[in-house]
Amino acid sequence: MVAIAESVPRPASRFRFIFDRRDVLGAIFVSPAILYVLLLVGVPFLMAVYYSVSAYTIYDPSWRFVGMANFEQILENPDFRHTLSNTFIFTFGSQILGLILGKFGALVLLRPFPGRKLVRAIIILPFAVPVALATVAWQWMFDSLYSVINWTMIALGLIDRANAPNWLGNPDLAMLSVIVVNAWRFFPFAIVIFLAGITAVPQDVLDAATVDGAGFWRRNYQIIVPMILPIVAIGLIFGIVFTFTDLSIVFLMTMGGPIGATTVLGYSGFQTGIVSGDVSHGAAISLFMLPVLLVVVVLMLRFIKRREI
Amino acid sequence: MPRATVAKAAQETSFYAAVAFFFILAAFPFYWMVITSFKTDADLYNVAHIPFWFNDPPTLKHFQYLFHETLFARWLLNSLVIGICVVAITLVTALPAAYSLARMTGKNGEALGIGIFLTYLVPPTLLFLPLSRVIAVLGLQNSMWSLVLVYPTFTIPFCTWLLMGFFKSIPPEIEEAAIVDGCSLFGAFIKMALPLSLPGILTVVIFTFTLTLQEFVYALTFISSSAQKPITLGVATDLIRGDIFYWGEIMAGALIASIPVAIAYNFFLDNFIAGITGGAVK
Repeated sequence: MVAIAESVPRPASRFRFIFDRRDVLGAIFVSPAILYVLLLVGVPFLMAVYYSVSAYTIYDPSWRFVGMANFEQILENPDFRHTLSNTFIFTFGSQILGLILGKFGALVLLRPFPGRKLVRAIIILPFAVPVALATVAWQWMFDSLYSVINWTMIALGLIDRANAPNWLGNPDLAMLSVIVVNAWRFFPFAIVIFLAGITAVPQDVLDAATVDGAGFWRRNYQIIVPMILPIVAIGLIFGIVFTFTDLSIVFLMTMGGPIGATTVLGYSGFQTGIVSGDVSHGAAISLFMLPVLLVVVVLMLRFIKRREI
Repeated sequence: MPRATVAKAAQETSFYAAVAFFFILAAFPFYWMVITSFKTDADLYNVAHIPFWFNDPPTLKHFQYLFHETLFARWLLNSLVIGICVVAITLVTALPAAYSLARMTGKNGEALGIGIFLTYLVPPTLLFLPLSRVIAVLGLQNSMWSLVLVYPTFTIPFCTWLLMGFFKSIPPEIEEAAIVDGCSLFGAFIKMALPLSLPGILTVVIFTFTLTLQEFVYALTFISSSAQKPITLGVATDLIRGDIFYWGEIMAGALIASIPVAIAYNFFLDNFIAGITGGAVK
């Protein structure tokens, strides 16, 4: 060990006044991250809001203010109302399916069995692998001619080849398909969230309940579910945000079709604002996500604050 | 057989049936990627063949085509460069920010940290229109560098939040002892806090990298020329000629790009979950 006496009288560096002031250094440390986020999230967000009340297109980049005209035009369009309801069906359909699969999957993985680690590693895959790549695999499985799902059903005698479903070509089946793919992507996440919650429930609480005569269902619904609710809520919030605003699954699998049956807000905003270059209407369409996002953020704040208690 | 044994056997069977169901549900699309990428076209496009295994001997033709006839190797390189640059930007900004927020006294640090984290929830589909304008002004349109600029908007919030938790678990007394020994505050951060939070830094590096690989919306919006695409975008959109999908090549490309991410996730999943739930369960 070097003697303490040696290290104390060090020549003061020129920057010492910066390096030693807690408040100054603290502010310098935080500012790059905050600046980055302000400049590339905060400012663009305000730009998006302004686009939505302007007449901006890529062909005529004017910032002329048009008030709520864009929103009025969008709301008058029956296709848009269809898009809005599609977005809700897509979001809630896939989240409910994902949560059910997640809850049962967690119950299965909770019990020790040989090979559990490997099974867990495989079950995580749908959430880990880039969504675009997994989606093209599903697109191939739903292929109109070479679908392995149809092949299996034909081989089992459930359907015949002439009446084989065209998964991505029929409006209802296409919606079902994108919901299934999104639920498939999120259910491992739900499993992991449920597992994290359940394993955090103290065993002595469960033991005490068992001694007091609570059965399996009672323990499940009166102790475990209320105790894991905060963590499940946060997981669900993430699921809702990333599904409600998603565009990749629909873009790759159905292009919003057939005849608009799977067009969701994100895809519609992309199609109008980027592909057609009608930036102002595209921004207005995207801003319809905002009310849902605000509700979600408020909920998120409530659940994060709980950990302070 | 006594009734209890029968009931037990039935219970065991249904349990393992449930395990099998979840296993197949999760794994089948990946099995399908593997089998498609090694099959000959003649085998692939024949409805009379049983699709679940090889009717013709497996082939490497799709992989050869991918590397020789397409820009696949270029996309791999692009993704690597984008990933490394975004990791560097994220570390340089998120590490000091997280440390400062974790050590801030009072409620300010926590509130500011939550504020930064909430920006992670602002979706790309809300920001892509103005950001594409920003990128055009900067002259980065149709270039992979636009992604290097934009990806930190979600990696910085996420990683700052994750690292805050790591720094909080290091007792401040360690740095205070270093300061008493003549270290400056800055020196204490570099010499004490950083080495001690190495597991956290490693987690952040891996997650930043995988987040950049998984991203699709910004890449789709900003980049249209094939040579600038990252791997996810290239595989998903560039292996289609007109109406013809090159399924063997697409699945081979998806397979190669998926493997590293899948492995990384399995190692760091627990840290990831602890990060996003922010310790909601204590």
